[in-house]
Amino acid sequence: MEQILANGLYLGAQYALIALGLTLIFSLMNVLNFAHGQMYVLGGFVTYTVVAQFGLPFIVGLVASAVVLAVVGAGVERFLFRPVVARSKREESTMLLAAGIAFFLDAVILLLFGEKQRGVPKIVNGVFNWDFRLVMPYDRILIGVLAIAMIAGFIALMQYTRAGRAMRALAQDRMAAQLMGVDVERYSMLGFALGAMLAGLVGGLLVTITGVNLGMGGPTSIKAFLMIMIGGAGVISGAIAGGFILGMMESIGLTLLAAYGDITYLVIFASLMVFLAFRPQGLMGKPWG
Amino acid sequence: MNTQKLLGIGAFVIAVYVAVPLAIALSGRWDFYYTLTSVALLSVASAGVWLTFYIGRINIGQGAYALAGGYVSAILVTTAGVSFWLTLPLAGVFCAALSVLIGLPILRLRGVYFAMVTLVLTEVARLTALALPVTNGAKGITSIPLPGEVSILGLTLIPDFATLGNPKLAFYFMAVTLMVICYACLWRIVNSRLGHLCRSLQQNEELAASIGVNTAYLRVLAYSISSFFGGIAGAMFVAISQSIYPSSFQVADSVNFMLNCFLGGLGYVFGPMLGTLLLYFGWDLLFTTGRYQLLIYSSLMIALMLVLPNGLLSLFDRKGGRK
Repeated sequence: MEQILANGLYLGAQYALIALGLTLIFSLMNVLNFAHGQMYVLGGFVTYTVVAQFGLPFIVGLVASAVVLAVVGAGVERFLFRPVVARSKREESTMLLAAGIAFFLDAVILLLFGEKQRGVPKIVNGVFNWDFRLVMPYDRILIGVLAIAMIAGFIALMQYTRAGRAMRALAQDRMAAQLMGVDVERYSMLGFALGAMLAGLVGGLLVTITGVNLGMGGPTSIKAFLMIMIGGAGVISGAIAGGFILGMMESIGLTLLAAYGDITYLVIFASLMVFLAFRPQGLMGKPWG
Repeated sequence: MNTQKLLGIGAFVIAVYVAVPLAIALSGRWDFYYTLTSVALLSVASAGVWLTFYIGRINIGQGAYALAGGYVSAILVTTAGVSFWLTLPLAGVFCAALSVLIGLPILRLRGVYFAMVTLVLTEVARLTALALPVTNGAKGITSIPLPGEVSILGLTLIPDFATLGNPKLAFYFMAVTLMVICYACLWRIVNSRLGHLCRSLQQNEELAASIGVNTAYLRVLAYSISSFFGGIAGAMFVAISQSIYPSSFQVADSVNFMLNCFLGGLGYVFGPMLGTLLLYFGWDLLFTTGRYQLLIYSSLMIALMLVLPNGLLSLFDRKGGRK
């Protein structure tokens, strides 16, 4: 039991971090970032390159992932989404653009890093063992703690800084924020960069444990969509709740349903359907008009 | 206007049934049959996606129904020995029934929320196919027999495909016929009372409901027709490739169905057909570029969105505006 809860918490912390980036971008731009999973994979590969190829310490790799992805995110917003959002008649056009970017990043990753599974050596050795009731390698604990620290840092950023306040205002009402003198374009770009950076950071964290490969992008995006549907799209608390709930469900499901084969996600999806029938806006989302 | 339309349709039918086989026979490029057959079938599935766009929903879950339809047909043919021609409508009906079950809760969602749910649905369909015993897991179902003979009172309507000298041509005709029938149905739906009601849903659902349109019933109906198209396209695909795996239709395929509709234009019944043709041939032509294929393809797609954010058919809009 303790083991399952610990696994769930560990998974949930990472998931919440991925969902946070996605939900931030969604709330600011009303754009569903299909390329989020690819950004996560790219972050993993950047850390891999810095740590395993150049032999630099892990923390440098993590910072490099964050910087590269923030630049990519800002560029994508400035040069791709902004002109398309300004000129298209239907908001769905941005989905086509996002899908195009997802394919593009896939191609870039394939050309730059190849299609092999990549990983970096363990950053901390040893296994935490509490009487065989709870067994957890130290590196997983470290990653879990780092992820939770980042979530806390992100919340602090959104709550207590000027930029965070501006982004929250944007998410609430774009027009009103603009009328109050918020530089909408600047903070949209900043928000997109921040969201992409979060994806890159998770990729950098996870490359030490599970490694990364090219095919992980799509499934990661899908998990992130699941999370923000559970929690409610565009709400920060919802993304965190969704991440932890999905992590717990996955951990519990894998243990309980192992006897019946690989049906955990099937059960999760079926329960999501029932849940959405009663609450289409998710746990904390706002009902739409 | 009407005669012009009839002429256009006549020209199209002649083109696909006579001109294309003739051109292929003359040029000797037999491999084009396979490409064109795929285009025809994919455009049937895209037609379904287009119909959900028509009621104002973004459907990225068509791959799930194509996969389900394919499995229904494959299982019925291999284990129960049912004729393929009977499994084709059965696959469609199964998918339509499934989509009613799934659609009732999820069609209450809108916009990106609906898009996300349907995207997840594709992935879940793949996982289901992997997990269920009847689908034979990752190994899939292989060596499915070719479609058999159909005859009424001793009169052969459709010959046994295994005895044909050129099954590629037969498959081409089969797929094109299916495509023509599906688009004729779609055109009929759009230009009927049902189509007008669907347009009212697309514009404003609350307003439509307030003047007495049964929105809940209509959107489930449109979604199930859409899934029916997905199911038969999937079943036909399985008959041609004679095999099906859980990865036969995946998220990328679902996204492509959506892209076909976008590219062709959402306000035009034959848009998805044009979009499928362009996307599929574009992808095929880029095959020669080897490992840069995906890079060039996606760059072109992004560039297209930057230049024409409202789809290819917005070119015609601009012409109309100048007059």
